[in-house]
Amino acid sequence: MRLSADRDTCVGAGMCVLTAPEVFDQDDEQGRVVILDPGVVDERAEAVREAAVLCPAAALTVTED
Amino acid sequence: MNTEVPVPHGLPTERDNGPFNPHSLTARLREARPLSRMVFPDGHEGWMVTGHEVTRQLLADPRFSSRMDLDILHMPIELPGQGEMTEPIPQQPGMFVRMDPPDHTRLRGMLTGVFTVKRMRLLEEHIIQLVERQLDELARLTPPVDLVREFTLPVPSLAICELLGVPYEDRDDFQSKTSRSMDLKLPMEERLAVAMESAEYMSGLVRRKRTEPGDDLLSDLARRDDVSDEELVGIGQLLLGAGHETTANMLALGTFALLRHPEQLADLRANPELMQGAVEELMRFLSIADIGVRYATEDLELAGETIAKGSSVGVSLLAANHDPAKFDNPDTLDIRRNARGHVAFGHGIHQCLGQQLARVEMRAGFEGLLRRFPSLALAIPAEDVKLRTDMQIYGVHELPVTWDEVAR
Repeated sequence: MRLSADRDTCVGAGMCVLTAPEVFDQDDEQGRVVILDPGVVDERAEAVREAAVLCPAAALTVTED
Repeated sequence: MNTEVPVPHGLPTERDNGPFNPHSLTARLREARPLSRMVFPDGHEGWMVTGHEVTRQLLADPRFSSRMDLDILHMPIELPGQGEMTEPIPQQPGMFVRMDPPDHTRLRGMLTGVFTVKRMRLLEEHIIQLVERQLDELARLTPPVDLVREFTLPVPSLAICELLGVPYEDRDDFQSKTSRSMDLKLPMEERLAVAMESAEYMSGLVRRKRTEPGDDLLSDLARRDDVSDEELVGIGQLLLGAGHETTANMLALGTFALLRHPEQLADLRANPELMQGAVEELMRFLSIADIGVRYATEDLELAGETIAKGSSVGVSLLAANHDPAKFDNPDTLDIRRNARGHVAFGHGIHQCLGQQLARVEMRAGFEGLLRRFPSLALAIPAEDVKLRTDMQIYGVHELPVTWDEVAR
């Protein structure tokens, strides 16, 4: 599973941080998505998929291997 | 699929199916199809979205504009006293909720860093203290009291005033202006005039922030040179209005809903760890900011229909959040359900900027109220609670409550 985040699209709603806090954070300046730990994406696959669906700006892309 | 529902002429705002459920007309529309034709109250032949998935598609599609200055944006609900709109409404600087990218992106981008999950968690302890102080004051009163006046309005109002740097002493004045500008019974001209008055108030405040900035959000914005005074006024008005009107009604209507569902209330009191999920469920169930509208900037396809350029498309977030295709038994309040994916904060680039602040306020507000007032009860018959069917944001005008003991 591969995860990518489009920071230009992100509107800083924070749904990803609420849904998968081990994976996502927001930067301090503009509140845009930051992938904290790409290592746990597979471990938290279900939450990561949910975060991608919930993202209001469709800034997250999950590609299944 | 039932195709027999006639094309409606506007949506009713009253509730014919209990205070918490969508009007039966909206529910029938959704049962027939998630996107329906609708003749708007002013005669415009547009569309209405009631299904959950189509709501998400509509709100995420940048070809549907939020602007009111491009063309006449028709309102899906009857606005008594308001004549037919004949001109687009000019854009107010700073009101990014009524803008599209790139203007929306630039203005919202100045604020998103302040409203992150992390920043709001840092604020949580402070909000809890603010709630406790307000509960102390409430506990000193002799019941019955109006919970809106004494608790649900002061809490978010205090929080947003502090965050923005608005003097709390000014609240009676700007609260009455906000509430008049959102009163659907008033003629649009009067509502716009009130909005102008509150712009004047904010304008004075912005001038003070420019000359003597303090430690608050408006001051931080006032230190920038890439935002005009007019934009600062619009941003200030938008955040101040959105910051107290919405959460106040969530706390009040949410308390009313819990008191009307005693088994749910008992479950939440006994299991405070359910609070986070309960707040999401109350958001879904109540959807206090119900009706939205978008403008089709080109001919486009949505849910298999062709929407012509120039059409207004209404959306009911309440109907979407009560869509059985998304939530089982949607008309049932169930604090143990997974309500994630609700659209009570909207969807797309305009999804509520202050949602993480709202969540912190609601968790602290409901938790404190239920703990301190274990015997909280309605002081009047439930049928007599005055519902805000005449306001842009749904809720209760007053919530008279009583109690016979106060806990620490």
